Formats: sequence, structure tokens, C-alpha cells
Amino acid sequence: MSELTLNGISVQYGDRTALRSFSDGVPAGEWVGLIGPNGAGKSSLLRAVAGLVQYGGAMYVDGVDLAGLGDRDRAQQIAYVPQEPLIPGDMTAFEYVLLGRNPYIGYFGGASRHDRSVVDDVLDRLRLREFADRMLGALSGGERQRVVLARALAQETPILLLDEPTSALDIGHQQQALELVTELREAQQLTVISALHDLTLAGTYTDRLVMLDHGEVIAAGPAREVLTAERLGAVYRVCVTVDVDPEDGAVIVVPRRGFLAS
Amino acid sequence: MADRTDRWWFGVGAACVAAAVVLGASIGPAGPDWWRVPLEFVNRLPLISIETGVSESEWAIVWKIRMPRVVLGGVVGGMLSIAGASYQGVFRNPLVGPYLLGAAAGAGLGATLALTVGRGVTSSWAVDPVPTAAFVVAVASVMVTYTVGAAFGGDRTGVTLVLAGVAVVSFTSAVQTFLLQRNLEVFREVFRWITGSLANATWGDVGLVFPYAVVSVVVLLIHRRHLDLFRVGGDEAATLGMSVARTRLTIVIAATLGTAAVVSVSGLIGFVGLIVPHVVRLLAGAGHRRLLPLSLMGGAAFLILADIPGRMLSNPAETPIGVVTAFIGAPFFIYLLRTKRVGA
Repeated sequence: MSELTLNGISVQYGDRTALRSFSDGVPAGEWVGLIGPNGAGKSSLLRAVAGLVQYGGAMYVDGVDLAGLGDRDRAQQIAYVPQEPLIPGDMTAFEYVLLGRNPYIGYFGGASRHDRSVVDDVLDRLRLREFADRMLGALSGGERQRVVLARALAQETPILLLDEPTSALDIGHQQQALELVTELREAQQLTVISALHDLTLAGTYTDRLVMLDHGEVIAAGPAREVLTAERLGAVYRVCVTVDVDPEDGAVIVVPRRGFLAS
Repeated sequence: MADRTDRWWFGVGAACVAAAVVLGASIGPAGPDWWRVPLEFVNRLPLISIETGVSESEWAIVWKIRMPRVVLGGVVGGMLSIAGASYQGVFRNPLVGPYLLGAAAGAGLGATLALTVGRGVTSSWAVDPVPTAAFVVAVASVMVTYTVGAAFGGDRTGVTLVLAGVAVVSFTSAVQTFLLQRNLEVFREVFRWITGSLANATWGDVGLVFPYAVVSVVVLLIHRRHLDLFRVGGDEAATLGMSVARTRLTIVIAATLGTAAVVSVSGLIGFVGLIVPHVVRLLAGAGHRRLLPLSLMGGAAFLILADIPGRMLSNPAETPIGVVTAFIGAPFFIYLLRTKRVGA
């Protein structure tokens, strides 16, 4: 349970600025959804927080500057699930999830009994027990997604970054995965930041949305305020209508025929 | 439960090495009947005495000619295989071998230099300068590769490093070809060295490479867990808390040092470092906890055995061991691919 503070984070790839001075404070236990068109800077932000790209600005977890942490210490604070994780087909699910324990294992050490019991625990919680000895190559897309999530959870970090966790899944598995994140987040008070393509799902599951475009924040706040037909039309260049369910207030984005010229 | 399977495999590996050593020591064109040799080994153990009918001069053939060859074969085969498995793991590329970053090409150039340019100076030396030259130039080549690769790369994929290796290998090979073409009289000698051989191995050779091989093997075995992390790619390994560049450097240095040491005495024995790890993967799985020790043992046993036919087919000259390894190994590997291939 930790809060994440981002102060003026910028990411530059050569001459191109992918993210321009992004600042936000994510309170402990909040789920922030990053939305925006392709190339808006969502992945760059997540990769910067994960420590995978050089960034300008400063990041703090509970007041501790991340720049001062070594690789292992950082990995004890932040877990990251990339958009397209590299799945070694000839590795068992157990072995794969056990990799998540690396931040707690010394350079010359091996996995302890405790590490193995953490993995057993995570596999149980994600209903993956029966797959433990199965090769990853033999799992379905949905099962793999859960195994990757299990690896991130085995890291036992207070902060979880998810880059398009549902992009490879069908609608049923999308919902399952997001329900799972919700359940885990509540059980463990995880702070979650995720990039999401599906706007309706993003609005439904997260506490707060941040919309990015060309590396800058366009809008931030509850789904009802961020997801307006006008704004979506301008940013995504699409034609949509936005409905609000009168019963539970869910924001539903519906694509319509026709192209909106700007 | 995983530990028990590991132990079973390590037992099988050790048994293969033991069997290869006994066979390697027993078979040869001269010397005692082959079946007397294992008995004589038992006889030589303390507190045991068996009448084996092996004379002292016959024993000398076994102990001074065959055994150094067997032991050197084991060290070379084991070292090349474990180095190959480590290189494949670190670069996540099944096609790389221990010679990837220029260790072999460098050793070849070093040997060629010693046999051509250095000839006039060193012909009166008591010590053969070829292994030293091969070792030094091999290590230097890999250092150049790493410096060049790191200067342009610094990324977590290792691709620039592999490309730098390609450039260095091409360059050293070009220099070597140039030298050879101007010194055709040593062509045979260099060619014999390049094709690799365990013939004329002495205990001195074994002593020369053994310390390097031991250090290299120990360092690589320590990094088995890290090599498993490389399997999810550099980026993800980094988010799991691994210092990717530093760990890769450590593994590459260890693998290269051992490789350079063994090729400096054995010459360039190809195929072993590439294929043995693949065979082990197909049989026992791809986890490095098992892969590295089994590659070490499998490579040792394989090269000791592959050295036997070469000794028997020695007319007019001994068949190069690299030819034998490829001749036996390639069909076996294809057979395994056909029967065992599962998943990706």
C-alpha cells in the first residue's frame, strides 16, 4: 500500500518527445487508467515508471526517490506487465511465476522455501494450480495472461503497472482479467496504473482516467467527466456517442458510423 | 520433486562421462587388450590388487598417451558445451555458439601469427608459442567485440554485441587469410590446427587449461538462475530486478575465458558447443539449473567418444575430430529434432 508521486516526467526518444512533463499523485490503493490514441505516451509513461527508459523529472514511492534505488530495490516496489510479454514456451508456469521472486533472492542465492510458498499461494489465488507444471507454450491466451499477472503478483510490490493487459483477449477474458485485478487490488490494497484501449472498460473498472495525446495530458478525472463525445471525437478522430447508464452511472462509449473531420 | 529429477539426470550425466572415460582409455591402436584396461584401473586403486597382465610399458601407453587425451577431450568438450549453452541463454539465440564473439577466429589468428610472422623468432624456443598466442589474440578479439558493441549499443537486447562479433570475426579471418596466402608453406600446419585435434595431448596441456576451465565453469554454474531470467528478455529481466548489462558481461567473460583457454590447446573443434546444449534441451528441458551441468557432462562425454574413431582411422593422417563430431552429431541431432520437437 503505497502512493506514487510523479513530478514532471518527460520521455524522449532521440528528437521525438513521447511524454512531456507529466505530473500526478496516485494515492495508495487507487487504480488509474491511462487512455489515449496510439503513440499518445501511455506506454512511455509506464516504461519510465518501470525504469526501462531514461526519463527527466522525479518519481517517489511514499516519499522515497526511485532514482536512488538499485535494480532489486526498485523491483520490490514496482511490478510491470508489458503489452506483449515474452513467453518462453518451454518453461513451466511455476518456474515462470518463480522468476517474480528474483528481487528477493541474493546474487548467489537460490529460491527459498518461502519464495516457493509465495508462488504456490499466487497460483492458488489466480486459479492456476492445475497449470503449475504445464509448459507455457501449451497454455491458451487467457491462461497465459493470468500466468503473467501471477508473476507480477509474486513480486509482492505495492505498485502494479499494466500495459494493455487485455489487448490479446476476447471480451469474456477481458472482463475476467479486469475483475481479477479489481479483486486483487481490493485484497492487497495495490496501487494500479494501467493503459487500456477499450474506453468503456477503462471507465468501468478504474477509479480515475488520465487521457493523453501527443505526450500531454488532455483531461483527467472520473470517467463521466473525461469521456465526452466531443473530446473523444477531437482526440481519436472518431464518431461516438457516450451514454450513461441511468441505474449505475456506468459510462458507455459506442462507436457510430461516419467520420468526423476536424 | 524437481530436485529428484535433477539428481536423476545428473547421475545419468556422470555415468555417461565415466563410461566415456573408460572406453577412451581402453581403445587405441597400440597398447594392452581393451578389456584389461578397466581391470588395471581397479588394480591401481589403493588396497586392491588384481592380476591383469598389463605390463608397465603398456600401462605407460594408457596413462601417458591415452589418458591426457581423454581428460583434455573431456575438459574441451565440457567447456565448449557449457559456454555454448550460456551464450545461447544470454543472447536468447539458439544459433550462437561459444565462438560467437570472436574467441575462435581470434585464436585462429593468434596461431597463424605464431606460425608465420613469429616463426623466425620462436623456432628455437623450448615452449610452443602457439597456444599462448592463440589465447592472447582470442581474448583480445572478444574484448574488441565487447568494446565496440557496448559503444554503439548499451541496449538490453545484445543485438549490437552480436553484430560487433560478426564484424570482428570477419576482420580477424581476413587478416588470417592474408597471412596464410603469403606464407603458403605453413598452410598445412595452420590447417591442422584450425580443424582441431586432441592428438599429442600431454598432462602439461591439461594443466595449462584446467585452471581457466574450472574458474569459468564455476562462474557459469553460479549464474544458472540469472540465465533463466534472460529467457523472458532483457527488459522484463530488468523489471524483475536484474542488472542486465552487468550480468551479461560477467557471463560472457566467463564463457569466453574458458573457450579461449581450451581452443588454444585443442584448436577449433566446431559443432560441440552448438549442438550439445540443444540435445540436452530436447532430452532434459530448457531450464538452466539442469541445462548447464548436463551440457558440461554431455559435452565431455561426447568429445571423449568422438575422439575414438579418429584414432582408428589414422591412415594417412588422423581424421580431424571436428569432422567426426559433425559426422556423428549432425544425423543424431536431426533424428532428435524429428522425434522430440515440441512447442517453440
